[in-house]
Amino acid sequence: MNGRAELDVATIRKDFPILEREIRGKPLVYLDSAASAQKPRAVLEAIQNFYANAYANIHRGVYQLSAEATALYESGRDRVQGFIGAADRREIIFVRNATEAINLVARTFGETQLEAGDEILITALEHHANIVPWQMLGERRGTKLKVLPVDDRGEINLDAYAALLGQRTKLVALTHVSNAIGTILPLKKMIALAKAQGIPVLVDGAQAVPHTRVNVEDLGCDFYAFSGHKLFGPSGIGVLYGRLPMLQAMPPFLGGGDMIETVSFEKTTYAEPPNRFEAGTPDIAGVVGLEAAIGYVEKVGIDAIEAWEQSLLEKATAALAKIDGLRIIGQAREKAAVLSFVLEGIHAHDVGTALDQAGVAVRVGHHCAQPLMVRFGVPATVRASFSLYNTPAEIDVLVAALRETRELFG
Amino acid sequence: MDELRELYQATILDHNRKPRNFRVLEGPALHADGHNPLCGDQLTVYLDLEGERVKDVAFQGTGCAISVASASLMTDFVQGKSLEEVERKFRDFHEMVTSEPGSPVQTPDIGKLAVFSGVREFPMRVKCATLAWHTLRAALHQDGSTARTE
Repeated sequence: MNGRAELDVATIRKDFPILEREIRGKPLVYLDSAASAQKPRAVLEAIQNFYANAYANIHRGVYQLSAEATALYESGRDRVQGFIGAADRREIIFVRNATEAINLVARTFGETQLEAGDEILITALEHHANIVPWQMLGERRGTKLKVLPVDDRGEINLDAYAALLGQRTKLVALTHVSNAIGTILPLKKMIALAKAQGIPVLVDGAQAVPHTRVNVEDLGCDFYAFSGHKLFGPSGIGVLYGRLPMLQAMPPFLGGGDMIETVSFEKTTYAEPPNRFEAGTPDIAGVVGLEAAIGYVEKVGIDAIEAWEQSLLEKATAALAKIDGLRIIGQAREKAAVLSFVLEGIHAHDVGTALDQAGVAVRVGHHCAQPLMVRFGVPATVRASFSLYNTPAEIDVLVAALRETRELFG
Repeated sequence: MDELRELYQATILDHNRKPRNFRVLEGPALHADGHNPLCGDQLTVYLDLEGERVKDVAFQGTGCAISVASASLMTDFVQGKSLEEVERKFRDFHEMVTSEPGSPVQTPDIGKLAVFSGVREFPMRVKCATLAWHTLRAALHQDGSTARTE
């Protein structure tokens, strides 16, 4: 990671108005970007400008304003296509978030191509968003869920994974990066192993896209889901990438306007992808904001972002390890800038409240990964996650606040 | 740290470290489970009645300092009280922890439970403080449901 373009964090921080805020009289130290990232001015201005100057509903409008709005919306699709390296713009479907993207696949691909007894393979690292839709599918279709375990470091074993890929495996659904403990899966190898047996692979990339370079063609996956709000874009917009032949074979998700070819009371025919999956007026401004967010990330440079975050992770890991009674949960060798930990004898929620007093925003709880908490034998963890706008000085604030917390609870 | 010490008063920290009445009541005891899905706090409240009066009350479970201390102090407080009084004190307690942050603290006659007055400055933590009470009422009504804070 060394030797890449340096990131000028002081300049970057000026791009994020919220970082000027104080919380309980202290400067905000925002260490919860894994839950949702803050927004740069470029995104705020793009949305404001769109509503102020170019807003109208998209598609089918014959007037200029609608044509302009449509062009902006569709240029967002092109931008996403380039950003994740998709081969065709029709492979980019706009949804609300990664959760909706995964549900879309479960409801369409799952509902029509999976049968009773078919197995869906996931890992023990998954967010509830990549567990529950498959369980709901199982209730309807009789499919089964298989779970690849993780070791004490939070890593998976490739041999164990290969052994679980069987005749009945009809879908593999993997997180790219664990939201709870930061593990980065050896995705390319895992996808290749599944594809060698003709098994489709879905990737939950919500935690990966803001922090590392993603190329879906290079990965070789069939579906890739992510949310805009973790990528410095607005909340309410997300993306499902789907390989075109897969999308073409899938029935619609929601029915309504924009997803049809022709409608009569006797028979309706459906539009081709991506429109088939974008019923109703979409989050047009969300797409405009997402495009600006991608522009921002590309301007800073995803490699520089990754290198900066890795340096923060390294510093934070070393500093936290020195705190008495602090145990880091998840020590994968390939890890994103997510630090999950517990303080012996102090409940995560008490730690969260104490840190908030110091202006430090962290997430506490099960991080929507309850099975993973059970695996590590903890009811909840404290999670500090780092992004491009965080600084080494903020890690010092975190460490000092953790020491005070230990003192308070004795 | 002042507001924090206001929230985590010495009594609360003490009851968190050494919860009182932390045991199972055997026999015909009424009981109910309480669960705060937000935090993962989980506790069981046990209750023995003598007519319309609490004969014995105990709890077990895990949770944050606020929820454990609240259960501990609650079980101390309601021992021997009439059911009507328990209900009244629950309402007083609830009102105290949910009153507007910054407004003058109304200190109803709830003894040591007043140490939870700081909770109202932390709206995210109100559910931690009230979980034990909701669970106690579920045990009283004994409808088999799990008390939930949301």
